[in-house]
Amino acid sequence: MAMTDTSPHAARYPAGAQAFPHRDLLGIGQLERHEILFLLDEAEQWVELNRQRTKHVDALAGLTIINAFFENSTRTLLSFEIAGKRLGADVVNMHAAQSSVKKGETLIDTAITLNAMRADAIVIRHGSSGATGLIADKVDCPVLNAGDGQHEHPTQALLDALALRHALRERGETANDFTGLTVVICGDILHSRVARSNLLCLQALGATVRLCAPPALMPAGIEAMGAEVFHDFDAALDGADVVMMLRLQTERMSGQFIPSAREYHHLYGLTKTRLAGAKDDTLVMHPGPMNRGVEIDSEVADMIDRSIITRQVEMGVAIRMACLDVLTRRARGVAGWGDAA
Amino acid sequence: MKQSAPVTISNARLVTPDGVHDGALTIENGKIASLGDLAAGEGETFDAKGQVLAPGLVDLGVFAIDKPAFHFGGITRAALMPDQSPPLDLPSRVSYISKSGKPDFWVHPLAAATRGLEGREIAEIALMRDAGAKGIATGRQWIADSGVMLRLLQYAAMLDLPVIAHAEDAALVGDAVATAGEYATRRGLPSAPAEAEAIAIARDLALADLAGARIHFRQVTTRAGLELIRKAKASGQSVTAGVTPAHFMLSDLATADFRTFARLSPPLRSEDDRQAVREAIADGTIDVVSSGHDPRGPEDKRLPYADAEPGMAGAETLLAMVLSLVLDDVIDLPRAFELVSTNPANLFEVKAGVLAEGYEADLALVDPDKPWVIQSARMAATAGNTPFDGQPTQGRVTALWKGGARIEL
Repeated sequence: MAMTDTSPHAARYPAGAQAFPHRDLLGIGQLERHEILFLLDEAEQWVELNRQRTKHVDALAGLTIINAFFENSTRTLLSFEIAGKRLGADVVNMHAAQSSVKKGETLIDTAITLNAMRADAIVIRHGSSGATGLIADKVDCPVLNAGDGQHEHPTQALLDALALRHALRERGETANDFTGLTVVICGDILHSRVARSNLLCLQALGATVRLCAPPALMPAGIEAMGAEVFHDFDAALDGADVVMMLRLQTERMSGQFIPSAREYHHLYGLTKTRLAGAKDDTLVMHPGPMNRGVEIDSEVADMIDRSIITRQVEMGVAIRMACLDVLTRRARGVAGWGDAA
Repeated sequence: MKQSAPVTISNARLVTPDGVHDGALTIENGKIASLGDLAAGEGETFDAKGQVLAPGLVDLGVFAIDKPAFHFGGITRAALMPDQSPPLDLPSRVSYISKSGKPDFWVHPLAAATRGLEGREIAEIALMRDAGAKGIATGRQWIADSGVMLRLLQYAAMLDLPVIAHAEDAALVGDAVATAGEYATRRGLPSAPAEAEAIAIARDLALADLAGARIHFRQVTTRAGLELIRKAKASGQSVTAGVTPAHFMLSDLATADFRTFARLSPPLRSEDDRQAVREAIADGTIDVVSSGHDPRGPEDKRLPYADAEPGMAGAETLLAMVLSLVLDDVIDLPRAFELVSTNPANLFEVKAGVLAEGYEADLALVDPDKPWVIQSARMAATAGNTPFDGQPTQGRVTALWKGGARIEL
């Protein structure tokens, strides 16, 4: 498969860097609708590549990508690492225990250190909202937010959108976006950066978003972001095309937010019976990791015709390849994307 | 340093409790000897050239002694919060601090209400009073234990000291760094409902009433909290309230882009609350505007928003921000100086903060129209953490006297 650095959808977007005029990817909130679509379309070529036996190109050969994870992660880190390696980049993972870098100048110092090592892109996960933006201000290379506190997790929202688009296309839908679709996001909305990024992304692509959680796990004023707020899961599911389940982020909870996991499951667990109250073909999503038997039952998570949970993971690699490719184009001197740095 | 030869400041607009009058003011032995329509007497004369002569500012509740910043802002006295390292919870520390600024700046230490400011054991308040403490403060936090708070207020009432309280229900606030609402939610910041303030005020008012104590809420920042103060005042309770300019100039919109200079305690509130603060300043519910001066360097501020320390360097901008309320017709000029000079001085029963015979000659000469731009990088304070960075403003102190002695600016 011959890979090129130019967009396969050139006709649909402005030329070169005009299609994505950002140095960093810090959040969906910074993106316009056409920029989101651009990244999704860019990812399609990598979906295809990832399904080949040889899953490698040399587009980013010679570049160094540092994955700086200040918070524990398995799947996101792995996904970014695979994405970088499949593009031919040298990928280095930096695990920094949150406790050792939380105080003082250390975070800025770490950023300056990474910068001095001449990384060509830095992928950051950090436990504090806004931390990736803070680091982006101090370095010269593109920064990708792999999750900052309870703020944003943009690549997760993008991969969810891509997975959803693929699933809809397989059903014969031809629309490029999600106009007319109703998506329910249910779970620990308060502590979830995934919920915020998905709310912004799905709305930008035309979907109606319902958020469902007990009041203690619903952030104040989220209606102002355009979401419909539900506390009754069955009511939220009524007429929904997609339901996205989130886990309880107990590691972020100080104090008691729900009486017990059992009681939570009773009210908010996605069971087969509950899913039957939605549409006949309602799709089920989950960003992982799943707590089976708490927010989602195994028999729902594993439904072949309804659950697209494993597809989300697959699309994650493609989306991250697209983001790394697009954000390093300027440094690589790709025509139309500015001079090589 | 106190001069003995009399000094006459002539051709001034004198800000007095009963209005602004053109005239002159004479200083003798560090005190205001006379003021009004005076002929130049013996001694030195200073031509004010028609500028405003007002009492030096008395800054109630600062976190650091930062003389260059205070002098820039026309502040001649400040009440220092006990949140020092170590806390002001021993008479020796209070005694040391009370002498630390003299002669050109007076520091009135506030005694820590509880040992280590931990909210559990009442500190040696009577000893600290006798060492120079003019009031008692709970510090940056609320005292969560109502029993401790009641006993503290009873003790303070017996000693006739005001208690300066911080009004945020600690359990409700937890590790929040923002006011619950759209903006905190968009940024994913840990937040607490604004009602945490009214809940704290309601309890403390009830306890102070029970104890017969004088209570001052250093910062009241919400409509609901202000309404409680208004009612308590109407019922005759001995309560006063303060605020800093941040809460009448800014709302939580200012925390966009995770700007840690806007990370304050209490956090910035909604636009409606900001309007409520302005109304409360206009109708007299708020008695004191102070700077909350808390200079913080990059090690405290160049951090992710939730990890940064709260606080702003406010001494230099206090007067200009209060004068902006005069320009906006919220208050008049005499009322402005009541808020920053007279009322805080009265709270500590010091004979300053008013242009009147026999009062301490702490004087600020102000050009109320002088335009300038607030610049974080060029401040006199030990750190430039101001949320007003880049803002054009007007009103500057052009000359300052402490106890009758001129201070070089």
